[in-house]
Amino acid sequence: MPQYAALIYAADVDWSRPEFADVTKEYGAFGEAAAAVIRGGAALYPTGTATTVRVQGGKGGDVVTTDGPYAETKEALTGFYLLECADLDEAVRWAAQLPGAWDGAIEVRPVIDFGAQGG
Amino acid sequence: MTEDPARSALFRLVRDEGRRVLATLVRQLGDLPLAEDAVQDATVRALETWPRDGVPEQPRAWLTLTARRRAIDLLRREAARSGKEGLAVVPEDPPPPETVRDDLLRLIFVCCHPALAHETQVALALRTLCGLSVAEVGQALLVPEETMAKRLTRARQKIARAAIPYRVPDDHELPDRLRAVLATVYLLFTEGYDPVGEVRPTLVDEAVRLTRLLRELMPGEPSVLGLLALELLTDSRREARRDAAGLPVLLADQDRSRWRTDLIEEGVRLVGEGLRRSPDRPDPYVVQAAIAACHALAPTWADTDWGAVVSWYDVLLEVQDTPVVRLNRAAALAERDGPAAGLAAVDAVAGLERYPLRHAARAELLDRLGDHLAARAAYDAALALPQDPAQAAQLRRRRDRG
Repeated sequence: MPQYAALIYAADVDWSRPEFADVTKEYGAFGEAAAAVIRGGAALYPTGTATTVRVQGGKGGDVVTTDGPYAETKEALTGFYLLECADLDEAVRWAAQLPGAWDGAIEVRPVIDFGAQGG
Repeated sequence: MTEDPARSALFRLVRDEGRRVLATLVRQLGDLPLAEDAVQDATVRALETWPRDGVPEQPRAWLTLTARRRAIDLLRREAARSGKEGLAVVPEDPPPPETVRDDLLRLIFVCCHPALAHETQVALALRTLCGLSVAEVGQALLVPEETMAKRLTRARQKIARAAIPYRVPDDHELPDRLRAVLATVYLLFTEGYDPVGEVRPTLVDEAVRLTRLLRELMPGEPSVLGLLALELLTDSRREARRDAAGLPVLLADQDRSRWRTDLIEEGVRLVGEGLRRSPDRPDPYVVQAAIAACHALAPTWADTDWGAVVSWYDVLLEVQDTPVVRLNRAAALAERDGPAAGLAAVDAVAGLERYPLRHAARAELLDRLGDHLAARAAYDAALALPQDPAQAAQLRRRRDRG
């Protein structure tokens, strides 16, 4: 069965703070409802904690780190789930139940299955 | 494409049957590009050999067999290349008609899936559902062939990789999904039948043919009846809507003897059927078609039943309240109640400040009220906005005549 990454783009805030407990609870409910299709996932601290890493000149070159996210956007990547679903319609149905979709947006991307790929 | 009627009939037969064969083969192979390649090959062969040897007794069976052989061939070649076994087993017998019907619906719903961009849906509809070649799709949509080929490849890749399902939507999601399909088909139609631009007959004809197919597949579905009626009634005016110089002719000024009465009759009949099947809450396409029917049945502009037109707009506003619908209602109101009432109604429509036809409608009514100075200013306001050059030429002509 295909797998999908559901990338959650939402307000760039610290979702671990107590004032977001309601949202956290909603995610908990999603986790229970979608337990059969969830294969992984994580919630992320805000982009202010991000470090972006580049190696200048390619492999083995100088490691350059910058403070902040790869791209500054109004809504930020705040977390993701890995979902295993029958098809895109099912993945979209689950994505629509993520609280992030109600306020922000969920990007649903199919995951490459290297085992099944011919090459 | 071709003027020889026997040859175009053959083209149509090959394409219609090819589409059915494709729909089934996609399901059996689970691979849209492969099925398309195989069916394309079969249709090309049919067009080569049938004119010479005669049309086989069972064209679909012939195409099925040829496409299946080709698919197996392609699969073997792929298997040899990748060192893997070719696995697809394609059943021999042509499926029963109900299955073909479902296969066609599945194919339509895949091509018009909401996860695909509208322009992609339109391109896929032309390529996969109508069976146009990539070059023809590019020509029809005014996109270079190479760009179109890339767009179609990306679309098929997304269908395969994101696993867009090949199925008819469940009952509870069907209304939404059908609306999306009809929107795509109507977009195809309006692309070809832009009220001001060049008519692109390919797009118009393909859209009508697709709508007819949908009607065959979902008989009695009011929105399909309405869309087909709307398309036929609109298309009945095709010959009358441009003058010798190629400029658009307003409905009021069209030579009604050039309207196609056969299309009008069919359209009016479909409107009646659509209304009977959705008495409580008429479908927006049916209502739009009813308005088109009021015009189609009027012997002249002056003899139009404006009371009926305004009433239909009131119904339409209940199911589809948009500023453009309000503007059109105001224009009909002007014919029923006079230019002053019409102008007041136009001015009451908010949100169309950047819509040239709103200013043009004001200009027309101001002219009728004798305020030519204000009318000219309104024409200038319309012309200051970006729009199709043919429409602008027509507006300039109306301004300078006033």
